[in-house]
Amino acid sequence: MSAHIWGVTHALTVENLVKRYAPGRPPAVDGLSFTLTAGTTLGLLGGNGAGKTTTIAMLLGLLLPTSGRVVALGHDMATDRFAALARMNFSSPYISLPHKLSVRENLRVYGHLYGVRGLEARIARLAEELQLTDFIERPAGDLSAGQKTRVALAKALINTPALLLLDEPTASLDPDTGDWVRTRLERYRDETGCAILLASHNMAEVERLCGHVLMLKQGRVVDQGSPDDLIARYGRDDLEQVFLDIARGTRAEALA
Amino acid sequence: MNAAALRRVWGLVYRHLALFRRSPPRIIELMYWPALQMVVWGFVTAYLAGLQNDVTSIAAGVLIGGVLLWEAALRSQMGFSISFLEEIWSRNLGHIFVSPIRPAEMVAALMTMSLLRAMVGVIPAMGLAWVLYAFNIFSMGPVLVAFFAALILMGWAVALGVTSLILRYGAGAEALAWSVLFGITPFACVFYPVAVLPVWLQPVALILPAAHVFEGMRAALTQGVIAWDHLAAAYALNLVWITGMAALFMGQLRGARVRGALLNIGE
Repeated sequence: MSAHIWGVTHALTVENLVKRYAPGRPPAVDGLSFTLTAGTTLGLLGGNGAGKTTTIAMLLGLLLPTSGRVVALGHDMATDRFAALARMNFSSPYISLPHKLSVRENLRVYGHLYGVRGLEARIARLAEELQLTDFIERPAGDLSAGQKTRVALAKALINTPALLLLDEPTASLDPDTGDWVRTRLERYRDETGCAILLASHNMAEVERLCGHVLMLKQGRVVDQGSPDDLIARYGRDDLEQVFLDIARGTRAEALA
Repeated sequence: MNAAALRRVWGLVYRHLALFRRSPPRIIELMYWPALQMVVWGFVTAYLAGLQNDVTSIAAGVLIGGVLLWEAALRSQMGFSISFLEEIWSRNLGHIFVSPIRPAEMVAALMTMSLLRAMVGVIPAMGLAWVLYAFNIFSMGPVLVAFFAALILMGWAVALGVTSLILRYGAGAEALAWSVLFGITPFACVFYPVAVLPVWLQPVALILPAAHVFEGMRAALTQGVIAWDHLAAAYALNLVWITGMAALFMGQLRGARVRGALLNIGE
């Protein structure tokens, strides 16, 4: 499917984004700029406190930047964020869906919030694709971690988003379930031309899904490139070793 | 409000209705306190009526009517605030705020839930008043609807203020959702005329829409007249309070987006 399917080449444009929570404190995000093209996946990597969650929160409009600009799907998030949000979605294991509601009820709630047409058919299709059928009438709080992840993914796909932001989508999943989720994400991206921004600590996942990676440290991009490019430049065997070089400040040694 | 906006409002209302469907204790809790208040104040009324042998002034239902109307304000405020807190307790607020629902639509959904919760709480208490004490609050006539509406509006104004404090101070401020309107009760003059208050305190009462509603209720019950001046004052004050509290809510929502409070408001 064409990268222009959603009407814009760059699903996301971020220009010199800065977030400083309080005057005098170092910025949590410091001058971040990048673009995300439709039909591709961009990885956002960094240690704890590197600024990944802050960045995602700003991209979603949940957090106001101190300065800088975010344009999502052609809409400036400072002035027109609701138009963009209708075509975006988000998933994080750290934000729950209401536990007392059944899976179907949760999907209905978000289907209404996102204005999904043919909602019941959409839920039925997602239930089939993501294998929710067996527990779709059960309360979301009674599900296993793997089942909750599939439900969270269904919620994230309910509006057929053109831009998907994922914060550690496979955290705490067993390898089999994690692989299953990654396969679905790849399929969705390839079928729809959706752009995906992925924040993850799972380097194998990033290597598999992402065409380009931003390495963050203390709110700044300290390096970037494709996973293969980074691994080659650092002379390492995999992205995890590159991550450790950057996190521990041993980059010069690695490059020497 | 267009069809898309109405659907987003319905989405949030549906979320709360589904919660009630799966949690009968929540429905029972809605009815419990208004019914208990009704029983207690009903017997107090009966006792005082017997003591004073003055059925016309007391047993005419000033106390019982006050309880029923004040419950409407309490349930309205709590219904709004607690529906908002439900999103915090379920750690769902992040999903709501990154969906396309506008703040005004969210407020409309919370108001709808507040109205439904108030009706579920107050209507059984009205039935109890009729069955146990032969008190029919509808004897006031159509003006009763205006009284109820004014108190529901006041409940929403207070709830917007409480929600603003929750946005500012996090879940630590959630106790206000239950307590804040009880603190206003003495100044709302639910069970006695404004004139009973010390002169210096009367202006405090008169800036509250509720005090005007209860002055109007007493006039309707004891004199059979509609106090249009009090009714007008109640609605004018509601307009001022709701405008002010809506501005506060929007300000605190923006502040929460600056501080990042929406990311961890439940903690």
